[in-house]
Amino acid sequence: MRKNSPQSFLKEVASIPGSNKISECIQCGVCSGSCATATHWEYPPRKIIAMVRADMRDDVLSSNSIWFCVSCYLCTAHCPRDIRPANIMHALESLALKEGYKPPTHSPAMYQSLVGSIKRNGRVHEFGFMFKYYLKTNPLAAIKMLPLAIDLLIHGRMPLMPKKVKGKDEIKAILAKVTAGGAQ
Amino acid sequence: MKYYAYYPGCSMEATAVPVELSIQAIAKPLDMDLSEIEDWTCCGSSPYGSVNKVEAVTIASRILALAEKTGLDLVTACSSCYIVLSEARSLIKENAELAATVRDALATVGLEYKGTVHVRHLVEVLFNDIGVEAIAAKVVKPLTGLKVACYYGCQQVRPRYGFDDPEMPQWLDLIAASLGAEPVPFPLKARCCGSSLIISEEDVALQLINKLLTNASENGAQCIASTTCPLCHTNLDAYQSIVKRRFKANYNLPVLAITQLIGVALGLDYRALGLHKNTVSPKDVLAPYKSKLQEVKT
Repeated sequence: MRKNSPQSFLKEVASIPGSNKISECIQCGVCSGSCATATHWEYPPRKIIAMVRADMRDDVLSSNSIWFCVSCYLCTAHCPRDIRPANIMHALESLALKEGYKPPTHSPAMYQSLVGSIKRNGRVHEFGFMFKYYLKTNPLAAIKMLPLAIDLLIHGRMPLMPKKVKGKDEIKAILAKVTAGGAQ
Repeated sequence: MKYYAYYPGCSMEATAVPVELSIQAIAKPLDMDLSEIEDWTCCGSSPYGSVNKVEAVTIASRILALAEKTGLDLVTACSSCYIVLSEARSLIKENAELAATVRDALATVGLEYKGTVHVRHLVEVLFNDIGVEAIAAKVVKPLTGLKVACYYGCQQVRPRYGFDDPEMPQWLDLIAASLGAEPVPFPLKARCCGSSLIISEEDVALQLINKLLTNASENGAQCIASTTCPLCHTNLDAYQSIVKRRFKANYNLPVLAITQLIGVALGLDYRALGLHKNTVSPKDVLAPYKSKLQEVKT
């Protein structure tokens, strides 16, 4: 537990770029009404924001909710206070990962696998990152996806090897500098 | 000729090869020079921002810096790259601490980002810089009678970075109409396709895709004229057979990127437009619109 000061969770979320306006939420619920996937969320977006402000760190970061954000930004288009709810969900996702929460969804594993591919190759290698993701989470699902993978392969849309990109070393250097600077 | 710094994005080398082929095929006939940004790397896409926002913005800034060096507008056809790069641009502008992190990180590889580059979406460039009249003037094979549902997806039209109307956009419809095609009403044209949840939460994404395809089909569309976004194209095209099986649906909607559709109307070779790489074959739907030239070549 890290409830050092009142509303420490809110401050932490607000410090992540793009989420700084969370305090200006008026709880109108337009975000939840706009959300393409809200029916699947344990707590819909409006409630998540209320829970952050109520300092309910564990409940927010362990729920499946934030991981259902498809980044379609309809909430952000509609929000009358311009608080950018989608960005807030992304910020919460990053906190949940950083703190090792294990929400009941495979999306975190998929995101990490994709980011790993960027760090290794400089660009996303789609086949590689999906292969790793399925292996890690559900190898049986990989077998189920085989017909689709073969279909894409036949159509020349699934290169099996990553492209060699010179810039990948620059990505490594850039990220090393960011980490050294202590960015979260 | 109009010149741009073109950023393809990772998917254009894989699942979106058909879209990329068509973009390259129509560029010259429409007087666009899309010079690929040299040695580009990933923009980070949406998932990186969900893992570490500062890192995500910093790796996106590498692209912004490379594009800025060319002095040209950065153009991407991927809606995710578009929103990620646009967002990185405005976050760096409004957050001094983040701007300092980015500056220091880029300095380690000898790059500098001044904040002057414009980030643009290919569909916006086609509409505003090229224009529907100029496109119409180049049409050799009008798509008369072809009923299309124009699909914009989400990230291309959403604020704070988007263009056109965020919910009832018109530009793809106007471009399709300039080709002679008949855009049908499509209320869900700017709703999400499920994006990468198709991998981790397949059921949720399949439901969204089914809603879109059902809506398009019920409005009489013979095919989808989609934005150039790789994920939209893959979800609607490559996953269509899975969606149909899951929901026992009987629509059959070839998904043509708007650039493929433009290419057909310009009389370009089907293979050059990557149409043979689409999973849902557009052959039957396009049969009436083959030009003489295309019959010889295919």
